[in-house]
Amino acid sequence: MNIRVQTLAFDPGAELNALHAANLGIGAVVGFVGYVRDFNEGREVGGMFLEHFPGMTEKSLGKIAEEAGQRWPLLNIEIIHRVGRLEPGEPIVFVGTSSAHRQAAFDACAFVMDYLKTRAPFWKKEDTAEGQRWVEGRCSDQAAAERWQKD
Amino acid sequence: MIRVQYFARYREALGLDGEQLNNAEDFATLDDLRQHLLARGGVWAVLAEQNLMCARNQELCSLAEPLAEGDEVAFFPTVTGG
Repeated sequence: MNIRVQTLAFDPGAELNALHAANLGIGAVVGFVGYVRDFNEGREVGGMFLEHFPGMTEKSLGKIAEEAGQRWPLLNIEIIHRVGRLEPGEPIVFVGTSSAHRQAAFDACAFVMDYLKTRAPFWKKEDTAEGQRWVEGRCSDQAAAERWQKD
Repeated sequence: MIRVQYFARYREALGLDGEQLNNAEDFATLDDLRQHLLARGGVWAVLAEQNLMCARNQELCSLAEPLAEGDEVAFFPTVTGG
């Protein structure tokens, strides 16, 4: 398990490859990369600042990764989340999961992202032509997280 | 003593990133503490928001969470990472 919260950029391809190199028993690696878009809620976005709660952020990501490891037979899991100033096109978040077979890796990766979006203490503040604005939480993100609580 | 922290839009609205309250015994739950802050009036009304989130000792919790001396609590708007 590897959790990183950092201001530095990262290379999603290198992270994905590293997840496999660690273990020849791995049959499947799934990676998700979230990027800064240049458009949101009807306005052009020139960049953003990501605030977080140092300490709680790392703890909550660790807890989410641990829960994924309890639910699925994962061989490895990595979460990288950037904070601070970000420009359109830059990767914000990487979640990589590896497993012997694909389904566990797919499901665990989706689970981690759904929980991260609703439980990890990050807040986006976007730059628009009208000034800066805080991004509001989405109901669809809540619904996505709740689907993992049904079974 | 209880340490309280505010984040993101709340921190900006309050003009404050945190404070220490010395009367921990007055607050049985996190909601008691919130009511105390709301009673300050003005900008503090932001803590009445429906989608307010809170944490006790860096773990998400509900407003019904019991409080104890030495706790660290935080109030913040809906998280928007990822």
